Amino acid sequence: MSAHASHAPNRSGLWDYLTTVDHKKIAILYLIAGGIFFLAGGLEALLIRLQLMYPELELIGAKTFNELITMHGTTMIFLAVMPIIFALMNAIVPLQIGARDVAFPFVNALGFWLFFFGGVLLNTSWFLGGAPDAGWTSYTTLALNQYSGSGVDFYVLGLQIAGLGTLIGGINFLVTIINMRAPGMTFMRMPMFTWSSFITSGLILFAFPAITVGLVLLMFDRLFGGNFFNPDAGGNVVIWEHLFWIFGHPEVYILILPAFGIISEVVSTFSRKRLFGYSSMVFATALIGFLGFMVWAHHMFTTGLGAIANTLFGLATMLIAVPTGIKIFNWLLTMWGGQIRFPTANLFAVGFIPTFTIGGMTGVMLAVPPADYQYHDSYFVVAHFHYVIVGGLVFGLFAGLYYWWPKMFGKMLNETIGKWNFWTFFIGFHLTFFPQHFLGLMGMPRRVFTYLKDQNLDMGNFISTIGAFGMTIGTILFLINVVVAAKSSKRAPADPWDGRSLEWAIPSPPPEYNFVQTPLVRGLDALWVEKMAGNKGMTPAEPLGDIHMPSPSFLPFLMSLGLFVAGYGFIYHNYVVVVIGMLFTLGCMFTRSVKDDPGYHIHEDELEEKGVKA
Amino acid sequence: MATNHHAVLPDEPEKATLEGKNKVLGFWLFLGGETVLFGSLFATFIALRDQANGGPTSQALFDMNLVAVATLLLLTSSMTSVMATLALHKKDLKKIQLWLTITVLLGLGFLALEIYEFVHYVNEGLKMSTSAFSSAFYTLVGFHGAHVAFGICWIILLQLSATKKGLTVVTAPKFYLACLYWHFIDVVWVFIFTVVYLMGMIGGKVG
Repeated sequence: MSAHASHAPNRSGLWDYLTTVDHKKIAILYLIAGGIFFLAGGLEALLIRLQLMYPELELIGAKTFNELITMHGTTMIFLAVMPIIFALMNAIVPLQIGARDVAFPFVNALGFWLFFFGGVLLNTSWFLGGAPDAGWTSYTTLALNQYSGSGVDFYVLGLQIAGLGTLIGGINFLVTIINMRAPGMTFMRMPMFTWSSFITSGLILFAFPAITVGLVLLMFDRLFGGNFFNPDAGGNVVIWEHLFWIFGHPEVYILILPAFGIISEVVSTFSRKRLFGYSSMVFATALIGFLGFMVWAHHMFTTGLGAIANTLFGLATMLIAVPTGIKIFNWLLTMWGGQIRFPTANLFAVGFIPTFTIGGMTGVMLAVPPADYQYHDSYFVVAHFHYVIVGGLVFGLFAGLYYWWPKMFGKMLNETIGKWNFWTFFIGFHLTFFPQHFLGLMGMPRRVFTYLKDQNLDMGNFISTIGAFGMTIGTILFLINVVVAAKSSKRAPADPWDGRSLEWAIPSPPPEYNFVQTPLVRGLDALWVEKMAGNKGMTPAEPLGDIHMPSPSFLPFLMSLGLFVAGYGFIYHNYVVVVIGMLFTLGCMFTRSVKDDPGYHIHEDELEEKGVKA
Repeated sequence: MATNHHAVLPDEPEKATLEGKNKVLGFWLFLGGETVLFGSLFATFIALRDQANGGPTSQALFDMNLVAVATLLLLTSSMTSVMATLALHKKDLKKIQLWLTITVLLGLGFLALEIYEFVHYVNEGLKMSTSAFSSAFYTLVGFHGAHVAFGICWIILLQLSATKKGLTVVTAPKFYLACLYWHFIDVVWVFIFTVVYLMGMIGGKVG
């Protein structure tokens, strides 16, 4: 067809990455950007711990401390771990379902750039009059104009832009998983990581609009004199709490479910066994996703919703322990009788299981409303959610990165450094957060910038700060490992771990079209089925032929840039800038709608087993 | 493989290609997210609708005649957009253009009434900053109005570009989605009409 360019557009270097719509390169972009924000959030955490190392320290002061805790939480949740989850989803999900690409490559790129510009906008607040300081939950009335500076405007606009990116990313993965599976890849044959990505994307779709509305209302109150949260004019601050947690509670399952998926893959591969209780794992994941929407008010037990509401939300919360327990036992039973190996990926996975269980148990303790009145806003809560988010999710992400690094970059991470990375991070983590349970029970409130000496808080805080150094060393070792891997000339094999799912059937890193021929899937653990049948690789489901690819585009970057500019317009009440930014974005949308993308074809005899350059 | 623009269009051309199928499914999911968005706005409005803060109340402001005409216009436009979808399935571009033009005109009429209504309320002393009720009212109804305005621009753009591109497996999904979107914002209006206007006109507090 003459309208189709027959050759791949020749782009390289930075321009290639600014315009790419290839899910594997977008994965790398997510990983780099998320990694940088992770380091920023980690640095903020380290400063927080230094300030709390000794009683009555005057290291950074109360105002900066408030900014640091706000930015640490916001950065870690929205700008660090979510993008790293998206990095792994982008890199792996299309490969696991035997697809050549995602459903909406352009939207995929747009999702990344929106997140990126939103994150940059939020972080520029440090240099433009101070970071947000109302906590990552940004409760009103604290977050209104009379109590908080312009930092909260950066929070509102930055999260709004980044949240849009996450939302469309979620839709993209839902459609990809529903419509793009290879022949034979039925839903109940999908690998657990794909399943958990699917459910997570569903949660994103239904949870993010609530925070979108919450942020809009807060923005209207702060910028346009709205009265949503102004009690003097009839407003109601509890509306913010509801909207925030209707989003915020599903959000914690958005974070943890992909980690469950990673752990399932890693434990099964390194036990050389099929995942125990696969269908109950799928069921448990779906149930956790569903219940995740039913429990938001357990963050608000002390708000005064009344005994009935508190009881119901408390019971619903405890119910989540059931499917989660199913998962824990399934992992244990997967290992039972397996030929277990312990490369770094599996160390993190096995470290995850008891750590996450502790976090889950403190969660059940917090679900009891009368007890929660004691724990509320104390370091016990801080210990709990760091056990699930760091001990759960971050361990899971490390496991996933060590496991899939060869697939993403074509290089193996060094196992010796990896083991040091695991042990320093693991021990550092428990040193940091285990004492915080007791600090909380002894009455230390969260979000205080210092404490008096001789109140039995000195030792716990000191140990906690020492632990933070351990986690810092672990993170630095990971960075060293990345550099060592990048410099090494040894290329990773296609299937370094004796893998079970489809991504290990293609080269590391995969060529831009992923599969020369779409594979035919003949069972759960598609590659393992072929290995057991004595086949060398997957059976193709189609003859060799030309492969159609979408064209790269600079528009996603420009669209996001327009919103980024408009964001500053709102913050500085300069509506000319708002209009310019908005018109720019709408103009890009216009161009996208009018100009059809014919894509290009990779000709049959150009197909080769060659990977993308990382 | 390649699309031949002169060949006969397949049945249901919006779902004839994988791209088309993806778009239709993705858009349904997007509307699911939009439902949560409007649901959150409705919940906020219901919580704040009696907080007039000494300013004008909904009972004092709302005028049934105006809202009834606006509702008539928008619901009729919903029907004409469905007629456009039916024309799409008959692969009749002329009919599509005709029905969409009527849809756009009705939508513009609705929008004009809404702008008139807002200006009128501001003159009556109901500003964004007057009360919690006013903030919630302007935000919910304004969000819907912005959706209508975006829909009008979108449909006009599709109509204009279709005069050049014709009806193909590339343009058909776009028409289909625009009609789906239009239908959705009409459904939202049915709820606004009920929750904001009807419930706002009958006496004092409910429940």
